[in-house]
Amino acid sequence: MSRSLRDALIAFRRTPLLSALSVTTIAFSLFAFGLFGLVALNIREALDRLEDRVEIRAFITDGTDPEAVAQAASDIAAYPEVLSATIVTQAQALARAQKELGEFRDVFEGAVLPASIDVKLKPGRRDPATVKRVSARVQAFSFVDDIRYGEEWIEKLYRLRNIAGIAGLALGLTFAAVSVIIIGTTIRMTVLARAKEIAIMRLVGATDTYIRRPFLLEGITKGVLGGLLALLLTYVARTIIDKYVIQTVFFDQKVAFLGLLFGAMIGLIGSAFSVGRHLRRI
Amino acid sequence: MIRFTHVSKIYPRTGTAVDDVSLHIGKGEFVFFTGPSGAGKTSLLKLVYMEERPTTGEVKVSGTSSATAVDRDVAKLRRKLGIVFQDFRLLDNRTAEQNVGFALEVTGAPQAVIGTKVQRVLTQVGLAGKGTAYPRELSGGEQQRVAIARALVNDPFVLIADEPTGNLDDRATRGIFQLLREINAGGTAVMMATHNLELIRRQEFRTIEMNRGGVVFDSAEQMARPTGGRDG
Repeated sequence: MSRSLRDALIAFRRTPLLSALSVTTIAFSLFAFGLFGLVALNIREALDRLEDRVEIRAFITDGTDPEAVAQAASDIAAYPEVLSATIVTQAQALARAQKELGEFRDVFEGAVLPASIDVKLKPGRRDPATVKRVSARVQAFSFVDDIRYGEEWIEKLYRLRNIAGIAGLALGLTFAAVSVIIIGTTIRMTVLARAKEIAIMRLVGATDTYIRRPFLLEGITKGVLGGLLALLLTYVARTIIDKYVIQTVFFDQKVAFLGLLFGAMIGLIGSAFSVGRHLRRI
Repeated sequence: MIRFTHVSKIYPRTGTAVDDVSLHIGKGEFVFFTGPSGAGKTSLLKLVYMEERPTTGEVKVSGTSSATAVDRDVAKLRRKLGIVFQDFRLLDNRTAEQNVGFALEVTGAPQAVIGTKVQRVLTQVGLAGKGTAYPRELSGGEQQRVAIARALVNDPFVLIADEPTGNLDDRATRGIFQLLREINAGGTAVMMATHNLELIRRQEFRTIEMNRGGVVFDSAEQMARPTGGRDG
């Protein structure tokens, strides 16, 4: 194994330009992948924040017995989909409206706003179908005058999230496939540069596993190095965007590690493919 | 030790390279293979080290059969063979020692053993002082000696040499041939393909002449059947 590792390192030293080219190509493939991942991550973060605001508001008929409202609120809070059901009295509704409107607060002078029960759904249960179903149940209470939950808004939000998810997956897989092909090609160049060595190895009785090992190690090393470089480039790009355009979040340690692992996997698959093809031909 | 039984090798594009050859090479023999270019000498040697498999018939080398050997068996067989070519096939970026040691490395031999064995065979081929030289710093004859050292380092039972003197001048040719004789005298069989009829004429070794893929003359059979005449 140590001999294979030494051979892989020697291969770097013997063909520095080709090795640098391989690592850079891998880095740029993964960088593109990383940038898209960052965009996807930030879209998801933004959507999660928006999703937090999904709320069902049930307006209560004026003069309803507060005890009945309190009972209803506690019943609603017990629904499995519901996170919380809060009673907002007329006075609280007015205060909230005035706060939200800021400088136009005067328009509410002397106004009476209806009391309501504000229902928040549990995370993961905020899809349009659940919102509709819970709203229907809440509306069944006789003292509920009207109900609002922004039906269209919720559906649009979900559609956007689904499109982002599908686009992310499709582009991610495309980038991964392109990376495998590029790495396969660069490793193939190394394999061809060492074709004579491989032929001699076979003549003196090396097994295919023995011949393959340093190339696989080389592929993995290039993948990891490319991954590290891509991570650095992505971080720099994110820092620039963060500073001059919009505040963004970066991958956590686990995702960054997975990125490196992904680089290693791409390197391994690409080199295995190249060496395998070469060994079958000679 | 090496047995060909009705062996033919037909390439899809170029046609028949070896045509119904049956022969046996015994332990410690020295055999010349001769004949014009394209006669099938190289193909026959490739069948011995199983670079090629017969289209029909069977080649058996030290218990390994061409009919049943898988890649791993072929790798193991080659560790018991020494192979030398006209173009030396040395790695330019490795020293003579490293080129020779390479053949031991792939067998997983420990580094200490490699060092000792490499020095021993380099001395045997007359290159004791040139271990650290790169191939470009050596003459053609010396490069071929490095290649022979690499072939010998695994103590093969047979040395297969395909036109080993084809790129060398007369003096170097004589030197290499003398070395091959010494190796043979030590008990290693030698199979040598050559165009050099002068070299063959001066020797008493078994000679197999090939033409169009077939064996047209085998001096061993000639000796067994003294009435038969040499054809061509």
